[in-house]
This record gives sequence, structure tokens and C-alpha cells, in this order.
Amino acid sequence: MKNQSVTNNLDWMSVSLYIILVIMGWLNIYSSSLSLSDDSFIFDLSQFYGKQLMYIGLTIPLIFVILSVDGKFYEKFSIVIFGIALLSLAGLFVFGKTVKGQANWYSFGSFGIQPAEFAKAATALALAKYLSDVQVNLKDVNRQIQALGIIFLPILLIAPHDPGSALIYTMFVVVLYREGLPSWYLWTGFIAIILFVLALIFEPWAVALMALGVISLVYLRSRLIDRNILASVVIFVLISGFVFSVDYVFDHVFKQHHRDRFNILLGKEVDMKGIGYNTNQSEIAIGSGGWFGKGFLEGTQTKGGFVPEQHTDYIFTTVGEEWGFVGSLVVIALFLSLIFRIIYLSERQKTKFSRVYGYCTAGILFIHFFVNIAMVAGIFPTIGVPLPFFSYGGSGLWGFTILLFIFLKMDANKVNEW
Amino acid sequence: MRKVLLPTIIIIATILLILRLFYLQIINDSFKLKSDNNAIKIQYDYPERGYIYDRNGTLLVANQPSYDIMVIPKDLKNIDTLEFCHLLNISKEEYIRIIAKAKVYSPRLPSVFLPQLNKLEFAAFQEKIRKFEGFYIQKRSLRDYQVAYGANVFGFITQASEKTVQKNPYYNNGDLLGKQGVEESYETTLRGIKGVKYIQKDKYNREIGSYKDGEFDTIAVQGEDINLTIDAELQKYGEELMVNKRGGIVAIEPKTGEILALVTAPSYDPAILVGRQRSKNYTKLYRDSIAKPLYDRGLLAEYPPGSPFKILTGLIALQEGVIDEQTTVFCRHGFSYARGRFMRCHCHGGAQQLHRGIYESCNAYFGTAYMMTINKYVRPADGVDVWSNHLKSFGLGQFMGYDLPTGKKGKAPTSKTYKRIYPNGGWRSTAIVSNAIGQGEVLMTPIQLANMMAAVANHGFYYTPHIIKKIEGEVIDKKFRTKHVTTIDRKYFQPMIDGLFDVYNLGTASSLRVEGIDICGKTGTAENFAKINGKRVKLQDHSIFVAFAPKDNPKIAIAVLVENGYWGARWAGPITSLMIEKYLKKKITRIDLEKRMLEGSLQAEYAKYTGKKEIDSLLLQKPKDVTPEEGTEN
Repeated sequence: MKNQSVTNNLDWMSVSLYIILVIMGWLNIYSSSLSLSDDSFIFDLSQFYGKQLMYIGLTIPLIFVILSVDGKFYEKFSIVIFGIALLSLAGLFVFGKTVKGQANWYSFGSFGIQPAEFAKAATALALAKYLSDVQVNLKDVNRQIQALGIIFLPILLIAPHDPGSALIYTMFVVVLYREGLPSWYLWTGFIAIILFVLALIFEPWAVALMALGVISLVYLRSRLIDRNILASVVIFVLISGFVFSVDYVFDHVFKQHHRDRFNILLGKEVDMKGIGYNTNQSEIAIGSGGWFGKGFLEGTQTKGGFVPEQHTDYIFTTVGEEWGFVGSLVVIALFLSLIFRIIYLSERQKTKFSRVYGYCTAGILFIHFFVNIAMVAGIFPTIGVPLPFFSYGGSGLWGFTILLFIFLKMDANKVNEW
Repeated sequence: MRKVLLPTIIIIATILLILRLFYLQIINDSFKLKSDNNAIKIQYDYPERGYIYDRNGTLLVANQPSYDIMVIPKDLKNIDTLEFCHLLNISKEEYIRIIAKAKVYSPRLPSVFLPQLNKLEFAAFQEKIRKFEGFYIQKRSLRDYQVAYGANVFGFITQASEKTVQKNPYYNNGDLLGKQGVEESYETTLRGIKGVKYIQKDKYNREIGSYKDGEFDTIAVQGEDINLTIDAELQKYGEELMVNKRGGIVAIEPKTGEILALVTAPSYDPAILVGRQRSKNYTKLYRDSIAKPLYDRGLLAEYPPGSPFKILTGLIALQEGVIDEQTTVFCRHGFSYARGRFMRCHCHGGAQQLHRGIYESCNAYFGTAYMMTINKYVRPADGVDVWSNHLKSFGLGQFMGYDLPTGKKGKAPTSKTYKRIYPNGGWRSTAIVSNAIGQGEVLMTPIQLANMMAAVANHGFYYTPHIIKKIEGEVIDKKFRTKHVTTIDRKYFQPMIDGLFDVYNLGTASSLRVEGIDICGKTGTAENFAKINGKRVKLQDHSIFVAFAPKDNPKIAIAVLVENGYWGARWAGPITSLMIEKYLKKKITRIDLEKRMLEGSLQAEYAKYTGKKEIDSLLLQKPKDVTPEEGTEN
């Protein structure tokens, strides 16, 4: 049964979901970038929809190549691929082209490439490779540090240009947990997020006081034998330090536009003409959709071009306006189906490498999906994160395609790995 | 357990997203509204307002094009302010002020920079408009008055107030609408219906095409022309006669209830409320609280009617059967109606019967007749209510339902009125006897007086007075074609009319006869009081006259009121006879009388009370102030 054709073992359900999402994505890009005046031709390369159609066309040879390569290739060369990705990220500091204040492009004539979009898959490969080593046990502190190092290397290279994308990599921590990372990492992260938000809303001393109250309560309610005055004091000092440093970082390290994004979300500052414009317009566009939307190509907000960057990060506003609540639910259901399908496939992988890689794929797709829609719907700060398969852009589309199809190739190959 | 974390996070996060979307798209519908404001521009196409003609087809009010200079502050580029200001004759400070104001309103939306330029100003500006990026011209249609009178009849055009815009969904900010006069009462007919065009905009507020291919667009409906019942010549003549006086004239065609003339004085040229000077002039007129040029005295001035009211007193007494033509009352230059109470009378005295009682205006006769009417009933309250119902059948004490936007009810007292005045009861006919001669609690407006004369001329019926003669393609309101029959039987009118006829032959207006026209009329003098510095002061009496003519087949019923005009025959009487002669003969034979009335002024009289001689250049006037000769005694 060796050398069975890859097409027979390919998970066609995932492929179908992928195709449906890409088609729906293109229809929305078409709607949001179609100008009313010219009756144009869908292959018009001067238009976003025309270019996107070309990018979609180019995914076919790309997928063909990914599926043709030997199944062991990705595991063998994962460290090399990761190294290339890191180099290309580092190269941005020297050769990067600045677009909208972020130097995260390599420019080739009229086309550009965003290495960060490909680095996600490379990081997933490297992490999978590292964890699949039988020697690696995440109970070991050194191993923990090494695994986290793989995640933080690309973060360090990306964060200076694009702090939003850096957030994506936190999802890998959840994968590490699945593979045995102690749970206190997650708890610490969770508490840190809560404290961060509290510190933005309330004065830092008030948050510190709250923490003192909670710690005292825990201390007094616990059995005498478990009471540890030293640990309690240390925790309190750490929390207070964190809270005050959040305040300091927020006021002195963050740039004004970062602060504004949080302030809008917390309702502290509302300036609908200035900084609040994006979020306000995208809420208006989505909100005007109602139950069933205004219909394909009928969105007044979409046609008027009120939502900035609607064909890229704000593409979901077109879904919301033209297809309504029901259409939005359909899109969400498609994404969930794909993500859960990948998790399901991951769990039945025979090798740890492909399981970890599958988890990373699901996690990356999910966090893009969630952060993007949450941002567009006004419950998350404005962060430039694309909606997978929907947002305009070749790098993004190819990055997600590569990420997904490498996994599908591994999945199709499992039979051969006896 | 470690496997569950990722799926759990995904499910919780997705539920959060769905809840948020549900809130945005389903629960909160304010976004839908905002989206419409955002993306769709509504452009209106204003139809031309209907023309206004008089009863004979003379054009009174037409339209003229006018041009507003609009500005979009954001689009302003390299304006040569010096040239611009010079061209429009404004100061640079003014320019800066208006632009700043427009910016505050909206940098992206158009504001009116300078409203209502005339053709000449527009032509000069039009040539250079290319040089002033950010400005454009909005054409509108303004009223073009063909005549310099009738301001109170026409009303005027103004911008819809904020309140109107909120109340009436048809109007938008900056829309024009008719106020006062027929412009207000026939607003919907005259204005037509504006057309609406929906235009898709982009975020720069640029127009990028028709919304949904014009599916919701509507075409403007032209305003209808209307014909008024006004006789242009008579209206003009009436206003000329009233120059330098205060008061009102109402003339009605008895057969139909059509208003032939509706004059108020002082008045103004309607053209001053058009164009760039409009708001300045309007404020001036509005602030003139002494002459009150915006107050339509023909419709609004409520006064005790005085002697003309004796007509109703007599008719009611005849109807109630308490007198007949032969009933005699002895007048000793007055009569004693209760112990120690005496009502003075200016008639020649002696045995008075109805006929002479009318033309000599005998107080004793009508006072007695009135008391007999009330005393016919055991309870005076019942008597008053019967009497009051008779009055109401003549249109007293109520809005008459005519088609002009302002009015006053006047007052026809009932038993309730007296219950309020005498809360402990005990009042009798003697307490209210001054009603008999129109000096009690009764109040009437000039149009009610004119309508009363129309009912008398018709021997007991009238049509609701109205000013609309014809609307193209429509029949006028049914209520103006419905006969109102009074409670007085037809047979009682003839003796009354004979008496009114002899007012001109033998009585108080004998000097005012018009050759070849049989006029029936009645003089009146209304006492009037004012509170000056908290004290009740008696002012000079108002001069009142009511009439109809010709006696057989009446064509005009008229009421004239001249404020502080001493007595009926001094001002109101001559004006009435001139109006009747003008309408029936189209020519005035009594040149001396006409000259005296045209040039006569009561400004000196008015200055006595106000302490200053108010002459406003806006008001219609004659250059010379001539004090009239003494008229005849009442």
C-alpha cells in the first residue's frame, strides 16, 4: 500500500472548507473594492479584486508543490526553514519597505512580500520539531525556556514593526500547554492580562489595594499549615510592581496611537472624526446589516468606502453589512468547522511532530479569526491582523495556504509513516 | 484535560463574538440610521411656488429667481478675499466671520454664505465664480410681488423654523414655507411637493452615482396657482385710505361670503420681506409694538362694537316677540333703567319706534328692548343664554372658520360669563344693559361685523367668509359653500334694513350719501381704555362703521374700524362710503371727501399716547400730514 496517491488520503472536508472560505473572501473583496462608476472586468489587475484573483490562482501551483514534496521533508528541514524565516525577518531592519508606518515588506517592483505571514508556519514547524524530540520533557525548566525561546525569537524580530502580529505568537503557549507545560504559566498569563486591563481602567493604587484584599482573604481562609507569609508578600509585591509598571509603560513606552486604541475600547475617549473613526465606521457598517444584510454589492457603507482598509483588515464589515447577522454566522460556522476539523485531525496523528504542527495550525487560524472579528466589532483594540482567506493580500493568503496544506500533506501521509 | 483547553477557549471566544454581532446588528438599530446619514445624500428639487391672482385674474404675486452663494469650507483654495469681498460688497471681517461659522457647522457640508442675491449681483459674481474654489451657487425661487399692497393678505415666505422641521417631516432645515396670510393657509397648495433624489456618497462626501438606480427618487410636483376673492383695486384703495391711520377694513360679498378686501393699517410693501434685507426688515416690523404692522386688525382687533350692535339687539327683540315695529319707548335724552341708574342718549328724543330708533341710534329704545328680551325669562341666566345663542348664529363669539391663519373669537357672553363676574348671583337685566348698545361684555372683530352685515343684507343667512376663489383643478372647500341660517326669521329683517337705509337719509350718516347707490349702514363709536402706568385711562374713542349696498340685491357688506377716530361718521363713515362707491361705481365723484380721507392723518392723535411720533420708513404712507375737518356728530 505504499506510495498511495496523495489525493486519496487528502482530507477533502478541510480542502472544501478552504475553497469555500477563499471564494467567499474574494466576493467580499470584489464588493468592497468595486467602484460604482466603471463596469469593470474581474481580472482587471489594477483593481484589488483583480489582483486577489491572481493571488488565488497562484495558490493552485503552490498547493501542488506542497503536496508533491516528500512527507518527511518538512520535518527534516524545519530548522532550516525556521532559520530562513528568522533571517528574512531580521533583514527587514535593513531592506524593509515602509508601508503605513510599518517596515514589514520586501518590495519587488509593484509587488511586495510580508515575511511575517510566512514566519508563522516556519515557527510552527520549528516548535513541532523541537517538541517531537523524545528527549524533550516540558516539566524540565531548561526545556521550558528553550521552547519559549523558539516562540520569542520571531516576536522580538516582529514586535518593533508590528506589535499586533506579535500577539499572534502567544497562541503557541497554548500548544505548549497541550504538550505538558505546567499550568501556572497559563495562570500567570491570565492573571497578568486581567491586571493589565484593571490597571488601565482604575488607578494603579486601587488595583494594588484590590490585590491586597484578595491575597489577605486567601491567606486567612487557608489552613494554618498552608499559610506562607513570605510567598503572600512576594506575590503582592510582584502584582503591585506589575500594576505600576503597566501604568508607566502605558504612559511612557506606548505611542499615542497605541494608547488611543485602548482608550477607545474602554470608552475613555471618543473622537469619531479622528482616532475613533475606524472603529465607529466599522461598527456602523456591521450594525446596519440587520438580520439578512443589504445584499451582495448593495452595502451603502461598503460602496461609499467609509470603512478604512475595508478590503484588508476590515473585510468582515462587508460580510456584516451585505450578508447580515445570518451571513456572519455562516462565516463564523465555516471557520469553526475548519478549526475543529484540524484539531480533530491533529489528535489522530501518529507522530508527535505532526500533532504539534496541527495544533499550531488550528491555534494560529483561531487567533487570527478571533482577534480580527473582535477588533472589527469593537471589542478588541485596533491591531493589524488579517482575517485568514478573506483579507486582501498575496502574502497573507499564501502564508495561510502553506500553513494549512503542509498539515494536510502530513495528515495524508500518516498512512505511509509505519 | 490538556486537550480541552484550546476547544474551550475557541467556543467561549466565538460565543463572545456572536453576542457582540447580535448586539450590533439586531438589538442596537442606531447604526442603521447612522449608515443612511453617512452614505446617502438626499438632494431636493424645489418646485416653483404657485402664483396668486385676484378675483378678476389680475396677477398679484409671481416668482423671481434668486441665488444663494454656498460655501464648502473644506474645498476653499487660494481665495483672493479682497476681490471676493469687493465683488459682493462685504467687509473682510464679515467674510472671516461667516466662513468661521460655516466651519463650525461642518467643514464638509455646504452652508449658505450669502443668501438671496438678485439677478444683477448674481451676474457679476457668476463671471468670476471659477476663481473661487469652494463656492457655488444655489438657485432658488423667491416671491416677486406685482403690487405694493396686500401684505397682510399674502403673508410672507420664511425659512422653516427648527420647531416646524421637527414637527412636520416634509420640511428640512433651510426649506422655505409660507407664514401668515394665504401663503400660510394655502401652503401645501402653493408650494407643490419637492422632488427627492437619493445619491450615493463616498467617505469624502463625493457623489458617486444614483442610489439604487433612482428606485426611491420622486419627481417634484409643481405648486398650484390660486385665485383670491380679493378685488385688487378695492384692496389697494382701502389701503390708501387707511394710510396714517390705524385700523382695519373688511369687505364681503354677501351672496357668497367672498372677502373682497381685507385691509389693516398700518401696513407695508410686501416686497420688503424678500431678498437680503428680509430679516432686517422683518425684525423692524416685528419690534414695532406700537403701530403693530404685522397685526392684522381686520381679523384680530377685538373691540366692543358700539352702536352697530343695536342691529342685533333689535332683531333679537323682534324674534323673541317682546317688541314689534309699533312698540314705543319714550326717550328723555336717555332713560332710567333702574333706581338711580340713567343711560344717556344723543338722539332727538321723544316717542321712539324701531325705525327712528335705528337711524337716530336711540340708546333708550334698544336698552329697553334688550331688558325686555332678558326679562321675558324668569331667570335672567336663561334670558342671556337665549340671547347669546342668537348672537352665535351670526358668527359671534367663535372662530368663524375662514381660511386665514389668524383670528380672534370675539365674545358673546353667556350666563357662565356673568356667573364668573357675579359669583354670588343676584344679577339681573339691569346689570348687563350696556350689552344692548354694544358696550358691555360683547366683543367683535371687524370681520365679524362685516359678516353680521352680510347676514342682514341676505335677510338672515351668510356663508363663511373666505379668501380663496379658485384653485386650478379643485373645488373650494365645502364649508365655504354651506349656507348658515341665523335664528332670526326672514320677515324681521326688512324693518331693520329700512331703518339702516334711513341712517343715510335722515340719520347719523346723512352727509355721506352716494349719488345713485342705496346704502344701508350704521355708525358706531367704541369706547376704549388702556392701562397706562397702572391706571385705567380712557382713550379717544374708536370710529366704527358698518354698511351694505345696494339696499336691494346687495353686492358688498363692509365694516371699517379706525382706532382713536373720535366717532363713527368722522373717519370710518366716509371711508366706508368711498369704498362702496369705488367697488360699485369704479369711480369716485366726491373728490373733496376722497382727498380729505386719503391725506388725513391720525398720527398726531397716536403720538399723544405714546409720547413720540412714530414714523417708520417701512410703513405705507403719504408725505403730507393734514388734520381733517370736524365731521358730523354721532
